[in-house]
Amino acid sequence: MSDPRQGHGETHDHAPGGAQTGRGGIRAYLAGLGFAIVLTLASFWVADAQSVWRPAVPVLLAALAIGQMGVHVVFFFHISSGPDDTNNFLALAFGIFVVGLIIFGSMLIMTNLNANMTPMEHMVQTRH
Amino acid sequence: MSVVDTLTTPVERRTDIPLSERGPAPVEIVVGFGFWLFLLSDIVIFSALFATYAVLAGRTAGGPDGLHLFNRTHVLIETACLLFSSFTCGLLALAIERRSAAATYLWAAVTFVLGLAFVGLELSEFLRMSAEGAGPTRSAFLSAFFTLVGTHGLHVTLGLCWLAVMMAQVATLGFRPVVVRRLLCFTLFWHALDIVWIGIFTIVYLGAGYV
Repeated sequence: MSDPRQGHGETHDHAPGGAQTGRGGIRAYLAGLGFAIVLTLASFWVADAQSVWRPAVPVLLAALAIGQMGVHVVFFFHISSGPDDTNNFLALAFGIFVVGLIIFGSMLIMTNLNANMTPMEHMVQTRH
Repeated sequence: MSVVDTLTTPVERRTDIPLSERGPAPVEIVVGFGFWLFLLSDIVIFSALFATYAVLAGRTAGGPDGLHLFNRTHVLIETACLLFSSFTCGLLALAIERRSAAATYLWAAVTFVLGLAFVGLELSEFLRMSAEGAGPTRSAFLSAFFTLVGTHGLHVTLGLCWLAVMMAQVATLGFRPVVVRRLLCFTLFWHALDIVWIGIFTIVYLGAGYV
């Protein structure tokens, strides 16, 4: 844990969100809003832009969305990787792990099943 | 420092005392962490709905697909409503911290109106699609769409009810510690809904042509 000589005083842990522990303030929310607006407009522009190589668009959209989610976590939830945020950060890391497992695992399994399924026409033929 | 805190927080939180002997964390920390865990589990529910949508997005059963159904301008206005309501919700948190009743009511009202505008826009989109014969029963794609986006809309609606109840509690009970903790949980809930919406507008609306 944190170095005792630093003298953390009363708080050695931090609740997510809020500003009661001296974090954030109006500047954090304004910064978050600014970043979020830029990233949102970039997402909507990329989806329609003719000057972007088309196969790159899904990757760009994913990167912009993940970036904006990060902006929300940092500037609106005030979650950091600091020593007094260990509990919140570990819970977040586990949440991201489970979400990734569910989404990519489902897509992988369903694509695989779909590719290996016997075509319906073939099944009708073999039945008689 | 509130009454509850002085009861549960040791008077001397000396740093030379080992962590294991410092006693329980302040109530705000425990409540905030517990609600953070709830929000993460709520996002896991949404991840299952996202996975369902990703698998079924191409299964239109000869019906209309996303490119022909969705209106980008409409979605951009919805996104703006929710993003600005998330920002005013942050201002609400700051007003609560200052214990300023006037600012609390003001930012709660702005957040409520923006949230209501979002729900209204979403509802009008659902009604228009159903009228065009693209209701949830038309295809697997539309079933997945209405489940995912509808669950989010239901969360926003419940959040609006919660905000109204909290304003009634501020009016009748004032800024007592339990009300302040509930308000803090509400602001976290509202920010989480905006994070889920980022996934929805990226995957469902902007990614409509790439499934």
